[in-house]
Amino acid sequence: MAVDIESSLTDVLARCHELSLRQDIGEDEANIAIGYFPVYFPEEIVHAAGLRPHALLGGGNRIEVRYADARIGSFVCSICRSTTELGLNGSLKGLGGFFAQPICDAAKHMAGIWGRNFPQQDPQILALPQNVNSPASVRYVYDEYQRLRGILADKVGHEISDEAIRGSLAVYNENRRLQRALYAIKRDDPARLSTVEAYLLVRAGTRMRREKHNQLLREALRLLPQRRIRPMDKPRVVFLGGFCEQPPLEMLETIEDVCFIVDDDLLIGQRWITEDVPEDGDPVWALAESYIQRSAASPVQYDARKPKEDVLMTTLREARAEAAIISAAKFCEPGLDDQLALSRRLDREKIPYLVLEFEEKMTSFEQMAMQVETFAESLLFD
Amino acid sequence: MAATTHTAKAMDARAAGQRLVNQWLANVHSAPERGQPVAYVFVMGNAVEILRVFGFELVFPEINSLQTGVRKAAPDFLAKAEDYGFSPDVCSYVKADVGLMLSDMAHPSGTRIPRPDLAIASSLCNVYIKWAEIWERHFGAPAFVLDIPGKRFATWKPIPGTAQYDADKRWVEGQLRDLISQCERITGKKFDPDRLAEVEANVNEMVRLWVEILTLNQRRPAPYNSMLDGLTYIGVLNAWRGTPEGVEYMRLLRDEVAGKVARGEGRVRQERFRLIFSGTPCYVNMRRLVELFETHGGVFAASDYLTYAAGGLDSSGLFYDPSRPLESLAEVTTLASQLGLSNHFFSHHTLAQQVKDYAADGIVYHGIKSCRTVATSMADNREYVTTRYGLPTLYIESDLIDPRYWSDAQIKNRVDAFFEVLEQRALLKGGK
Ligand code: SF4
Ligand code: SF4
Repeated sequence: MAVDIESSLTDVLARCHELSLRQDIGEDEANIAIGYFPVYFPEEIVHAAGLRPHALLGGGNRIEVRYADARIGSFVCSICRSTTELGLNGSLKGLGGFFAQPICDAAKHMAGIWGRNFPQQDPQILALPQNVNSPASVRYVYDEYQRLRGILADKVGHEISDEAIRGSLAVYNENRRLQRALYAIKRDDPARLSTVEAYLLVRAGTRMRREKHNQLLREALRLLPQRRIRPMDKPRVVFLGGFCEQPPLEMLETIEDVCFIVDDDLLIGQRWITEDVPEDGDPVWALAESYIQRSAASPVQYDARKPKEDVLMTTLREARAEAAIISAAKFCEPGLDDQLALSRRLDREKIPYLVLEFEEKMTSFEQMAMQVETFAESLLFD
Repeated sequence: MAATTHTAKAMDARAAGQRLVNQWLANVHSAPERGQPVAYVFVMGNAVEILRVFGFELVFPEINSLQTGVRKAAPDFLAKAEDYGFSPDVCSYVKADVGLMLSDMAHPSGTRIPRPDLAIASSLCNVYIKWAEIWERHFGAPAFVLDIPGKRFATWKPIPGTAQYDADKRWVEGQLRDLISQCERITGKKFDPDRLAEVEANVNEMVRLWVEILTLNQRRPAPYNSMLDGLTYIGVLNAWRGTPEGVEYMRLLRDEVAGKVARGEGRVRQERFRLIFSGTPCYVNMRRLVELFETHGGVFAASDYLTYAAGGLDSSGLFYDPSRPLESLAEVTTLASQLGLSNHFFSHHTLAQQVKDYAADGIVYHGIKSCRTVATSMADNREYVTTRYGLPTLYIESDLIDPRYWSDAQIKNRVDAFFEVLEQRALLKGGK
């Protein structure tokens, strides 16, 4: 029985892993997949149009960069570079649309690069606001979402009804509940579900219809409680730095060899909305309001209500973590800027932490392993 | 003690500009003594008009940082910030400013920069927002993030009267109203729309003159170098925007530049090539950089920097309607962002147009290591402009103020090679 459970879980995770390695858009999805650059995107509106939102998550560490180096500054993060490469090498030619958000200055340029090279994909910026503290912000987000609705309606050749959007809200609300359940296991019983596994399960949602992803998560959540686990003694840490460019899986594995990652900001856009979006009333308004009022935090969203240090302290407390790993992608200005503020606060609170820098294209982890091991030992023995 | 004012009359524009800059720095220095509130603002999207209504003294941290470069003091400030824990990959303006904070705000100009009572960071450069977060922590001063939606794609056209335009404008206006409430709380003063109208009328006049000055450089020979003289012009324009002194200076400058045009005086003794400069300056070595071009008879007739570092108001000649001061401020702020200030993400067509307007021979792209706002996709832009429009282009890389990224021999080689191409083209076209 235990073997069956384990092998069923392994199958689910292997499928997810395979999806995470896939760089191209399948032919059957040509013009159906609507690409968006991190962090958050109102996927429900795309879903309601009968299209599939496709989160662009870079090229990982198996892509060979041949064209992008000549098109992008040498001081720009890897996800911008590899995404440009995926465009130029033809992997993303099936995209039926391309959206970037003003999360940072490099990301805004992605819309320019796409416009010059792939104008047929109708690339543009969805101008989510940096000011979410004004009473006028919900109305503005609502207007921008209505613009998106119009663009997508033009693509599919028919209006996207409120009813259809409400249906999508229900699907996504369920998806978010399932993701929260997954994160609760990771937090309360980390030996049962590793961060790499949870990450792959969440990431798979960026490559399939949400209904299918809901099924997949339900299946994983059915199997997980039955999994046989060995008790392990590892320090509990929170990992930050995975909100946009994705750290390589090997990096997460390296950390998990010696620590439990009990909470993180990996793919935070997938969990940006933290509670159910109301399914009554105007669905676009509900989605816009949720973006402002029921949302997570990240280094690329200024929000006076959520000072980053306080958010980290709350996360540490709620996850019952004893330490933090504060990482940032190389050349990621928002991530790098935040590291200092966070580490000052951790110093003040006498909470141990480790600062790491990564690139999605990293392939060697020996040095990082040594750093993390020393850190974990210091946590166990101090 | 009252803030000093000076008249720009009976002086040449250069001396007048210098006096105004000194005077502004002195005013900044003495603001706390005078009990004047201080606002930190950036050059793009700063709502200075509102701050003037409430009598704030303006500090431009970008100007403080660039001045550390001009005065060859940047390495110390950068080192302080890096020692404090900032990554070398962070924007060097931010690091220079952190170095200044760690030096008790004693600026190499001799000015002690006062603490802010308010900081405004627009979304036109996201680093502005991260920078303002640092101030929030260091000074405990509130940051006001002004989100100004830019253009969504290269051919985006904001058309007044459309629902889309109204949505963006409504958003900006809503935030400006929030800002006014915040200024009222900080200063204890009531908002005075008539004063706003007055400030706007001054800005209008300055912009009208500024557009004239920019257009005068379309003449051959170009009367000034947009990346040397132009940098002084915009410094004064920013610091004195919306004031009678600013208007007076711009008038003096316009007359002087127009005089040069009338006399046929060029910036370069023998102008052979007219160029467009795209990107930010290299303040540590700008004279040297310009010299590398001028020795070949090359002049920067125009630069996109003069648009975005001057607040974008020259794009399409935007003017306020002082009879509806607040609505008009929201409109012009939105339009300036969409027509000018968010252009560097999609600047290919605009640059090609500038080449035409200024009868230029090519474009020089200056990639800045720490400024991703301007430089991320320059190489791609260059590729597009070269292939699509067949224009000669040059790409060089250094930094705004960090001398470690200036490689004289390498840059000189590239500039020399570029001029060989230009010479060959000139020969083929029948000689210059
Ligand atoms: S990794 Fe950082 S710099 Fe790069 S696109 Fe994402 S947020 Fe911007
Ligand atoms: S990133 Fe560029 S535009 Fe932004 S603050 Fe730094 S130098 Fe200025």
